[in-house]
Amino acid sequence: MIANILRSREFILNLLVLLALALLPAVAGRFYIYILSVILVMGLLAMSLNLLAGHGGTYQFHHAAFYGVGAYTAALLITRTALPAWVGFAAGPVMAALAGLIIGGICVRLNKLYFGMLQISLGSLLWIIVLRWYGLTAGDDGIHGIPMPAFLSTSTGIYYFVLSVTTACLALMYLILKSPFGATLRAIRDNPQRCEAVGINVRRHQLAAIVIATFFAGAAGVLFVVLESSVYPDMLFWVLSLEIFIMCLLGGWFTFYGPMLGAAIMVALRTFVGSTTEYWTLILGVVLILLIFFLPEGLMGFDLRKLIRARRRRAYPSVPE
Amino acid sequence: MLQVENLHKSFDKFKAVNGAELTVNAGEMVAVIGPNGAGKTTLFNLITGQLKPDHGRILFRGEPITGLPAHAICRRGIARSFQIANIFPRLTVFRNVQVSVLSRKGLGYTLFTPAQRLVVDETHHILESVGLIDKKLYVAGALSHGDKRTLEIAIALGNEPELLVLDEPTAGMSPEETESAMVLIKRLARDQGLTILFCEHDMDVVFNVANRIMVMQHGRTIAQGPPPEVRGNLAVQEAYLGEVD
Repeated sequence: MIANILRSREFILNLLVLLALALLPAVAGRFYIYILSVILVMGLLAMSLNLLAGHGGTYQFHHAAFYGVGAYTAALLITRTALPAWVGFAAGPVMAALAGLIIGGICVRLNKLYFGMLQISLGSLLWIIVLRWYGLTAGDDGIHGIPMPAFLSTSTGIYYFVLSVTTACLALMYLILKSPFGATLRAIRDNPQRCEAVGINVRRHQLAAIVIATFFAGAAGVLFVVLESSVYPDMLFWVLSLEIFIMCLLGGWFTFYGPMLGAAIMVALRTFVGSTTEYWTLILGVVLILLIFFLPEGLMGFDLRKLIRARRRRAYPSVPE
Repeated sequence: MLQVENLHKSFDKFKAVNGAELTVNAGEMVAVIGPNGAGKTTLFNLITGQLKPDHGRILFRGEPITGLPAHAICRRGIARSFQIANIFPRLTVFRNVQVSVLSRKGLGYTLFTPAQRLVVDETHHILESVGLIDKKLYVAGALSHGDKRTLEIAIALGNEPELLVLDEPTAGMSPEETESAMVLIKRLARDQGLTILFCEHDMDVVFNVANRIMVMQHGRTIAQGPPPEVRGNLAVQEAYLGEVD
């Protein structure tokens, strides 16, 4: 009963935020709308990573490779074929998920750090292919001026497209995390050995999660193409993978919206502090150090309700997962 | 029900299990005893698939299960608990058991139905039968040691096993906790028709509860039989119980 009310209150809160975001172009200038679109794209990418990192306990160290695959698939299909842009948009996430299936299928045989190291290697292989295959990808020049459908010609049109796709992806992710699939995934994060012993095929389950997460990473890649009309090899470089991992940690990787908050902070720091000094990462470093000491579960991991409940029932704190 | 024949497992050159023999019949409570390092835990890990044997055979209900992965063995009806409380610490008590029930029903890949509404009655039923229902919303990591051990058994019950393998179910428990844990295990065996294989250091518990006892030393089975017979066995007295008047 109480859970129902809480859930509906959460739902109303989400609706209000969405409404505010939808009305924003009426008051905010073009620049802020663009920054907000960047945050949504990076946030979607970070949240797709967090399906695996925070909720799945997998060392998904090169998630950006799949983002790049999604973006390049869309860009190449639009520029090199006569197919309508929609086909490119749809093919991006599918190709990313396919890459996830292949690379994930190889990596999932290994555990923890070994999984992560192998994934960095295989992902870097994709990066090198994109960087060096001039004939197909134009190498380090990237592809620019990718033609977009008419309704994506204004920054407001782009913003609404990014906002609706992101909202749809987040809704799907939320459902998946609340489902038995998500519950099992979190159980694997907590204790893979115990999961094996209750009849769960841990590796197969992790692989399924990788395919789902890389699909959403590919969707974020397509949104990047829509937003910037260009792609470049750095999208597949491991530094970006590290950045989105930091977003997850910063915002709170055991929470749902944490990575989105982390993305907002990183993008804002880069944009506003980065415009006055090139050493903006110095501030990021300080923030991270403080975080590790005082809020090891990230900004949103700090849950006031948890604190109150813990005080009320000191011996046995209970929290919603 | 379970038949272990001439099982071997070595780590580097150390022979942890070196020709173990074990028979468990349906409905029995069988105890495995032996000094520290006799290979009891390794034997259990071989039976439930955490480890693969070097050679030897394991039959469950007449079918070979030797070397199958743990999740496949579990699906055939063998559930287990571990020596060190092995639970999902960040999940609630309810979710700990629910995950196991979902796995048994093959619902683990359901993507768009809220887990909150699935297998709730069965999960509650199990939590009631082990006496953890009042704590179902607690985070499992915050439970007391005794409750964690009970939760482990509840997780195993979620699989509706025919054979329950318990690796030192009372390790680290106070005498009172041991007492109530053994009462619980006996009641579960009776009410649910479970066959139970366990190992235990407390000899009072073993001789009180077990229908049959298997004694291990240096990875080998040195005796197997009903408690009075094992108690009277000279090899056991020498090797394990030490000097007996």
